[in-house]
This record gives sequence, structure tokens and C-alpha cells, in this order.
Amino acid sequence: MGSYIPATQAEREDLMRACGLNSLEDLYAIVPPEARVSELDLEPGLSEMEVADKVGAIADKNVRFKSIFRGAGAYHHYIPSIVKTITSKEEFVTAYTPYQAEISQGVLQSIFEYQTQICELTGMDVSNASVYDGATAAAEAVIMLEERKRSGVVICGGVDPQTQQVVKTYCASRNIPTTTIEGGLTTQPAELARVLEGTTNASVLVQSPNFFGSLEDVAGLAEAAHAAKAKLIMSANPISLGILKTPAELGADVAVGEGQPLGMPLAFGGPYLGYMATTQKNMRKLPGRIVGQTADDEGRRAFVLTLQAREQHIRREKASSNICSNQALCAMTASVYLAAVGPDGLARVASNSAAHAHYLAGELAGLGFKTLNEGTFFNEFVTSCPIDATVLMKALETKGILGGLPIEQGILWCCTELNTKERIDELVSALKEVL
Amino acid sequence: MQLLFERSKPGRRLSLIAECDVPAVDFGDATRAQAPRLPQISEVDLGRHYTELAKQTHGVNDGFYPLGSCTMKYNPRINEELSQLPGFTGIHPLQPAESAQGCLEVIARTGEMLAEITGMDEMTLQPAAGAHGEFTGLQLIRAYHLDRGDAKRTKIIVPDSAHGTNPASAVMVGFDVVAVPSNAQGGVDLEALKAAVGEDTAGLMLTNPNTLGLFDPNILEITRIIHEAGGLCYYDGANLNAVMGHARPGDMGFDCVHVNLHKTFSTPHGGGGPGSGPVGCKDFLAKFLPGPLVKKGEEGYEFFTPEASMGRVRSFYGNFLVVVRALAYILTLGKEGIPEASANAVLNANYLLHRLCDEFSIPYGDSCMHEFVIDVEPLKHETGASAMDVAKRMLDFGVHPPTMYFPLIVHEALMVEPTETESPETLDAFVEILRSIYDEAQTDGELLHQAPFTRFIGRPDEVTAARKPLLRYQFDGE
Amino acid sequence: MANIPADLKYAASHEWVKEEDGLTVIGLTDFAQDALGDLVFVNLPEEGDEVTAGESFADVESVKAVSDVFSPVSGTVAAINEELLDAPESINEDPYGAWFIKVEGVTETEDLLDAAAYEAACAAEAE
Repeated sequence: MGSYIPATQAEREDLMRACGLNSLEDLYAIVPPEARVSELDLEPGLSEMEVADKVGAIADKNVRFKSIFRGAGAYHHYIPSIVKTITSKEEFVTAYTPYQAEISQGVLQSIFEYQTQICELTGMDVSNASVYDGATAAAEAVIMLEERKRSGVVICGGVDPQTQQVVKTYCASRNIPTTTIEGGLTTQPAELARVLEGTTNASVLVQSPNFFGSLEDVAGLAEAAHAAKAKLIMSANPISLGILKTPAELGADVAVGEGQPLGMPLAFGGPYLGYMATTQKNMRKLPGRIVGQTADDEGRRAFVLTLQAREQHIRREKASSNICSNQALCAMTASVYLAAVGPDGLARVASNSAAHAHYLAGELAGLGFKTLNEGTFFNEFVTSCPIDATVLMKALETKGILGGLPIEQGILWCCTELNTKERIDELVSALKEVL
Repeated sequence: MQLLFERSKPGRRLSLIAECDVPAVDFGDATRAQAPRLPQISEVDLGRHYTELAKQTHGVNDGFYPLGSCTMKYNPRINEELSQLPGFTGIHPLQPAESAQGCLEVIARTGEMLAEITGMDEMTLQPAAGAHGEFTGLQLIRAYHLDRGDAKRTKIIVPDSAHGTNPASAVMVGFDVVAVPSNAQGGVDLEALKAAVGEDTAGLMLTNPNTLGLFDPNILEITRIIHEAGGLCYYDGANLNAVMGHARPGDMGFDCVHVNLHKTFSTPHGGGGPGSGPVGCKDFLAKFLPGPLVKKGEEGYEFFTPEASMGRVRSFYGNFLVVVRALAYILTLGKEGIPEASANAVLNANYLLHRLCDEFSIPYGDSCMHEFVIDVEPLKHETGASAMDVAKRMLDFGVHPPTMYFPLIVHEALMVEPTETESPETLDAFVEILRSIYDEAQTDGELLHQAPFTRFIGRPDEVTAARKPLLRYQFDGE
Repeated sequence: MANIPADLKYAASHEWVKEEDGLTVIGLTDFAQDALGDLVFVNLPEEGDEVTAGESFADVESVKAVSDVFSPVSGTVAAINEELLDAPESINEDPYGAWFIKVEGVTETEDLLDAAAYEAACAAEAE
């Protein structure tokens, strides 16, 4: 049996004697007998060697594809070696939330740096220290923008379906109305204006590049939202912000998104990173932890968790969010990633991903997979599928290739900098064999 | 200590990404006006920057971490290693279930074992943290009442000793909060509870043992009162490390529960996250759980979404790599190791309580579960040294202070939770440190206001930080 | 000892009240600001909002706490002191100058204390 208890049997007896106890069972004398459990129905414990073998065998049951053309919210980018090295440092891995500033300057400074980088990416004034993922970031944004006299969110149809579902779960129980604009791969500003007309919706949620890869006319949508006195929440893949217009430039009031592409592995969906940033005006509505700069008693620069009176541990039932634990180590991962790639590297990741996607779209078109996106797309796009998508994907999987994601409209393909021309040409050859 | 941006020099870079091998795309007027001012830095400087930051960070391996209600136990290395296996990290969440059988097995088996430990029937691993679990559990309670056509149950009862997340979560789910006071022994005041319940009671949220470190001996009576009023009982698993393997929430009368993998199940806190807050429930609530869940079918593990699911609370399946760590931990401890861990956590806490109760006031109980609360009020009255002062002085001895000023019902609270992974020597050293601080307070209470003396910074000016928020680096000329 | 001007009226929940140009002006007392410590932010209502006697109309934040401010009268908010939003420290520095709101159309007023009675109440609370 494995155990991480240092005290030997003799030492445990010493401790018990010091407490006046005869046995460890005495510690639970206060528990009513009906609530006691005599033995758990679990396997006996194991040595480290056995656990490593057992869990390793479980991992081996998964198929690792040598080539991945699937995104849809989880992106296979190159992770610089130094990112893993730094974020595995045990001080960062094992520390608690930095409430004790005097011994937590390392974590606090790294969050401050992260907040600055998110502001630079989004063009916003203020970022929080992270939330759980991109979907909950969107839901938190909807809630933070609710006002006493304005309530409800209009969701553009191109928002990631999982994000839509999470927003709806969060809104339903608080009676926040949700309206979804369905149809088409993008939402037109005139359509949004029609939906908003005469309503008192508080916010509009748009994603760009959206779930289908298309760039939305965010500036036009923001104008339509603001004309109806609603605020605009823009969700964006942070990699795209290496080259594309920022949410601030496009008129967004809140920028959110899934930060996983910034150095986090696919990892079957988590841990990922929800980023959230907003304008100075909305600073105090932002949920979650925020780090600020100040000075200590000798005037030295110091960082602290600040604006804490917004949060649940102080405001309790009057807090606008219940978030406590966040994704701090993932935020640090994103921060190290952004520092490692720098502005040029991020632009290269973004432009290479887009270039590969456009090259793939061209190749696929030659095989009868028609691109369905009408305007500009970034690193994802939807095609028709000339044969049964399930059959196609199975055939690719036998060749070690994870193809695009079959969706209602067709197939959603994705490329990153890792989907090189060579990999794309391999995919194309494989497709030719299947067709 | 320089910031990343202050180390930046134009032109410095790492060589990470290959040049593009296909024609570039011109995004025209969709292109941003100015590149983000990310730091430009060499790999060696980047490495040194974070090594310096690591030195200014107190991890579990830097010393004793008796942070009450946070269960800062040792984070086993093997769990880290297994969570980083490429067979887990390289798996796309939307690849076909038949190609991700290992991941589905992790979810299914961990869920089954957590259900056994908590006495529940079904688990979801989707919630990303404890508060997120509370949100999910309360959604279960809401869905249950609405499903029965009982829309008038709008109130959640929360004891005044509860974590702040409890009332905040209740409001997020659209409930109103009714606070019930603690009795003189620190448990739920039964008369007040009986007076608080009624036809509008949706449920109760309870941490047991509570934030005073006390197991409520009336627990069966408490859950019975709620059930008889037509409400459901939610168990906040923040303090499960006291009782796992000895008592199960399901046997105490609770209908749903969250557990914190980053507390009880040894996964690391990461400087504030990622955690994981799986939620368990009894069969009658399972149809409302968020989907997808995993079950074993004829051809292996498969996903399914419960028939009356509340909907998703997060993308994909939760903080999966955290779940891998917890699986490794539970497999390591096994059926005997789990109760052994909790019993030793309780033993260590009781030992500290007994050794400290002569100098310090411990207002609730002469024994405890996995943690206890010191009240510094008498010392403050006598010498001027507050809970804050005592805590800050501990920093000079390399000890992370206990949780301060919580629970709110003890005004000068220091909440101590040693966990089972600390040796008797560490506990004895802590006792000596606290005693010496006590002596210092007697001779020079003012001195303690200035503590700490040996850290990288002294006490930061939190008032200015909040009055004039400076929340990002200001580049030159801004 | 807290400063308690003789020309003001007081609520037991530590707000001061005065009549000025037909409006009821409300602020937080010196005793209250001292007990709350350094204030870092104030949440104020909007002009035109209704306030109700005995109910919270604003809250004040210190670094580690948030406290409600109660209205001693029922009526409509005619003006708010926006300067407090940028300079919450003025409540600490000049509690009787740092008014929160001015109320018009007052329909109900709590029983208020005079300076002597309020001083006695503070003394009892300080015990």
C-alpha cells in the first residue's frame, strides 16, 4: 500500500498519547454510527512502480495521431521546450493562491505580467488573472454586463457550440434571456440590429474567428450592439490576435477567449485557460482575482491581489461571481509562451497557421471538397464532403491522421504551424486513396 | 526584480517556429494596427527570470503550509509524471471515443472511486474547481424541484461559518440565501434551522466538518430536518480530508456533493489553479447532471448525455490532467491508505491543538477534526499583536501562515490545518515558532506590527493598490 | 473620540443627515469611517433611484471588507457625490464634507438621534 505519511507507527502512538487517545478510531467517536463506513469498496493500495505501470497502460490505450487537422476549440500548436521547463518548477506548481504577498511575489509578478500581455493582445485596459476556460469566460462576461434595467444576451450563431451551451446553463437559472441568431456561417450586422430592435438586451456575444473559422464583421456588429445600448463581448483565439485587429480596435467592451493555444497541450480538453479583459470603465465589474502593483513600507515595488472586495470571500452573496480557484498555472503557461515567442514569433504562428489552412483549402477544393466560408477565414474552414464523412475519417485514422471534425454543415478543418506542407500533402494523398 | 517587459530588447528572440512553406495570406484591413508589445527576450534571460520568480514563491516543498481549509498536503511527484504522459497530453478532446479509450477509462474509473468514497451513485468530472462544483450541485437541486413542478423553492440555507463561495454560488444559480447561526459548540443551531426551513426551502449547503474543524454531531438530524421540509442537502467537500474512508456524505443524508481534487486528492494548487471540483449525486438526481458522462458499453467506454441534463458547465470534460493525478493518488493509497491518510490528518491537527492550547485561545472544542481555529483576540487585547501580526511574523520562520480572519465568526482567527503529510518534527517546530512569537508579543507587541523582516518585501500598501489600481505594466510614455 | 457635530442628525447605523436647500443630505459618520478603516471604493446608486428608510443604498469597501450604508429616509436620489468614486479617501479625511447622496421627495424618515444621543450610542458600541 502506498502512503505519504511520514510518522512511523511508534511516532503515531506518541502523538496519540499526547492527545490522550487510545486509538485512531477515538478521533471519530463524534461521528454517529449510521454515518460511519467500515471499509471502502476499493482495490488495495499500490507501490509507485505498480501505479506507474497501471496508469501508463491506460495512457497506452489512447491513439496518438501523427497528424491532427482538427481544432474546434482545442488546437495543436508547437509548445516551446522552455515553457514546460518553467511551468514545471515545483514552487509554481505547488504554491497556493498568493494571498500572503510577502512570500508570493513570484506568482503575483507573473500574473501581473500575464495581465499586461492579455491587455496587449486584446487592446483592453484591464485583464483578470484567468477563469476556467473560454466557455466560462464568455458566461462570466454575460453576467458581468447585466444591469438592473438591461438584461439578456444575443448570441451570434458562429460562437462555439459548447460556449453557447455553457452560457445558456449560466443564464437559465438566473432568468437571463438568451437569443441565438441561427443560420449562415457569419452574422450580418443588419440582422443583429433587427434582433436587438426594441429589446433591452445587455450584451451581444460574438466569436471571431468564429467556430467555422470565418472572420465576423465585428466592428459592424459592435456598432449595431451599441446603437441598441447593448455591450459587445468578443471571443477570440489569442493566436489570431498576433496579426488580426484587436477586440478594442473592433469596438468590443469585453474580450474573452480560450487561452489553450498559448502553450497548453490538447490534454483531452483540460486544464485550459479562460482569459477575460475589459475597458477601464468596466474594471470593477470584472470577476475573479486581479493583481495590482503597489509598494512596500520601504518603497520597493510589490504586487498584491487587489480589488478583493468584489470577490466572493468578502462580498459573499452579493458577489457577481463565485469564482475562487482559477487556472493560475495555465495563465503562467500562456505568459511564458508569449514571452518565448515574442511579437514576431506569435505573428509567425498566426500567419503560418492561416497560410497552411488556406493551402489546404485549395488542395481540398481540387478534390471536390468545396469551401463553404464566404468571407475571410483564419486557420479553420468548413468544406462540403463528397463522400460519407464517417467513412472518410475512419480511413484517415487508419493512416494516423485525425481529419477535420464532421459537423452539421460539412467538415470543419483546422491547420496550425505544425500542419506543414509535407503533412498536408500526405493528407491529400491519403484522401485521394479513399475517394 | 525586473519585469519581463523591462528585460525586453528589440531584436532578441528564440528560434522556435519554422519558416512558412506555403504562400502567405494577406488579411488586408483586418490586420491589427500595431504589434502587441510582448517582451523580446533571449532564452537564457527568460529562464533566469522565472528562476528568480520561483525563489520568491513559497511552494509546499519550501516549508510547512498549515493553511486552514486549503489542505496543502504534499503533491506526489509520480502524479505529475503520469499526468504528463504523451498518451494523455497529446489526445484531442474531439477525437473519436474509440481512439481515446484510455482517457474515457480515467474519467470513468476516477468517477466510480470518488462515488464510492463519498457514498454517491454518479459523478461528473466537468466542474473545474470547488466553486464550480457548488454551482453544478446547486443546479442539480434547482433542476430537481423544477422537474417536480415545485417552483416556489427559492431559498438555500447556509450556516454563518460557511466559505464565501457557498452564498455566492447560491446566488449564481438564482437562489436567495438564508444564513443560519452557529450554536455555542460551533455546529448548526438546530432550533434556528427548524425556524428557517419551510415550503420555500430548496436546500442546505453544509461543510462537515465545518470551517471550525468540527464534525457536527447532529448531522443526521440536520439532513432530516431539510428533507422533511422538502429540501435537498448539498455537501461542500472542502474538508473531506478529515473523514474520507471513515464517514461518507451519502451516509450522512446528503444528496449531492463536490470534492476538491486539489485539496483532498493531493493535486497541486498551481498558485491558485487549476483545481478540479467533481460533483457526485444520488441516483434520483443523476438524470440532471451536465453531459457528457462516460459509461462502459458493449464495445468499451462511451459518452452519453443524461436525459434531463442541466447542460454544460464547461467545455469538454473538465480539467482532465488534474483528474489523472487524482486517479494515481487514489490507486496508490487504496482502500486502507485513504482512511489512514484522513486519520493521520486529524491526529496531526489534534496534536497541534493540544500543544498550543495553553498559550493560545482555541474557542471551539478541546478536540478537532483536520483543522482548528486559534482566536488571537486575547493576545491582541493583552499585547496589541493581532492575528495578522502573528501570521506575518511566521513568514520570518519560513512557515506559510495559517488562514487568517476566517471563519468570520471568530474575529482574530488563525485557522490551522497541518495535513497528514507532515512529520512530528515539523509539528513540534511549528509549536516552538508559535510559542516564541507569543513570547515576543509579551515583551514587544509593537515589533510584530513590522513583521516580516526577512522576506523579499515588507508589508505591501494594499490601500493604495485598491484606491489607485495599477493592473498592468505601463510602457514608457504612457 | 469621534467628531460628532451638534448641528447634524444621526441614524443608529452611523449615517449623518442634514437638510439643505430642500434636500436631505446623507453621509457616513466619523465614528463609522474610523471603525471601517481606510476606504478604497464606494458603490453609489444612480440619480433617480428610489431609496427606502432602513435599507442599504450604497456600500463602502475597505481592503478586506465591504459594508452597507443605510438610508435613514425614503425618497428619490436627486444627486450623488461622484467625487467619492475617484477619491474614497475623502470619507476618511473629511467624513462630514464627503456626502454620499442628496434625496428629494422624502416620504418617510426614521427616528433620528441628536448629537448627544448618538455620542452615547457610539460610546455604548465602543464598549
